[in-house]
Amino acid sequence: MSVQEIEKTATLEHTGDGHHHGDGILGEQFETLEQQNNAYLIGMWAFIVQEVLFFGAIFTSYAIYRYKYVLEFTLAHHELNVWFGSLNTFVLLLSSYTMARAVRAAMQNRHKKQAIYLFLTFLLAGEFMLNKYFEYGAKFEHHLFPGGDYSAHEVVKHAKEKGELRIVEENGREFYELGKTRDGQFIAFKRVTPEEFEQRTRLFFGFYFIMTGLHGLHVLVGMIVIAILIGRAWIDHLKNKPIADYMPVEMTGLYWHLVDIVWIFLFPLLYLIGR
Amino acid sequence: MAGHSESHVHPVSLYTRTLWWLLALLVLTVAAGYIPNVPNWLGVVIALTIAVWKATIVIMNFMHVRFSGKLAWLFAGAGFFWLLIMLAFAFADYVSRPWEPFHGWPE
Repeated sequence: MSVQEIEKTATLEHTGDGHHHGDGILGEQFETLEQQNNAYLIGMWAFIVQEVLFFGAIFTSYAIYRYKYVLEFTLAHHELNVWFGSLNTFVLLLSSYTMARAVRAAMQNRHKKQAIYLFLTFLLAGEFMLNKYFEYGAKFEHHLFPGGDYSAHEVVKHAKEKGELRIVEENGREFYELGKTRDGQFIAFKRVTPEEFEQRTRLFFGFYFIMTGLHGLHVLVGMIVIAILIGRAWIDHLKNKPIADYMPVEMTGLYWHLVDIVWIFLFPLLYLIGR
Repeated sequence: MAGHSESHVHPVSLYTRTLWWLLALLVLTVAAGYIPNVPNWLGVVIALTIAVWKATIVIMNFMHVRFSGKLAWLFAGAGFFWLLIMLAFAFADYVSRPWEPFHGWPE
């Protein structure tokens, strides 16, 4: 600690009360650092609980519609790329690890190490977004974005190839039969009109884009906060600051792990089930 | 000087072990998704069980709930509990009565 810092500490410190207001970390409304950190954490957890319910509401409506249109949703599921989904899960799990290591380094006041781990987290988040960009691009190309030019054509084509959909005609009207082919024999479970099929698969892709889009937005926000923390840690490193408040990193870590947890549920529910 | 923070520092092995578990469970959940002829409901149960397992170790180890005070446990538990209420009550409604007709959506 430099002479100036010691002087600054001495003038800020409450004489004789034994508190650590001097290091500039403890807010004056708190008695102890432990109390302050607990207040931070509880605030962050309150935010996380509302995030859980926010995503939870979308998961609930997705579950209800999947329950109602399970055959249509299952065929739409097949259009998602499991490889991309698995890769992105791997990338996010790894980024949660580097984030946890950044928090650990911050607690030890190892600013350079903290900056490096935060930077790795940032890179992994960027890789996640890059994969999403390619994935979304492919969906747009195949007219699977539920916008003006949505078409279930790809879904129908692939389902027919797999023997899970059959086009039948009755009284001059076209119908889709959804089912399975066993021993060369098609077993129909349900009959829908092409319009119904289009609307219901479109609903699936609506859920897909809303859920992964909101999640991606959370990743982007996380990247911005992490970038700010990298700057702070690097300045602390250059200034050789002996002690810095680790709570901003710890709280960003909590947020980042939440983003990871949301993906842990999104991945199997969108990409895997019904395969 | 740094005594207040050093007490919360956990060994690196905690994080490394958690990561290996998460990656192993990722492989398991993808493999389970490709088992042929699994009934739809069972596939969902397997996928959700593994997802809950993964989320639990993230919450416990990465988010340090295992080492946190009762208040953090209460909050983490409350989020989960409210989510269950939402799912259970919403489903109880939708599975127990016919759906309202929706304009432009033939039944």
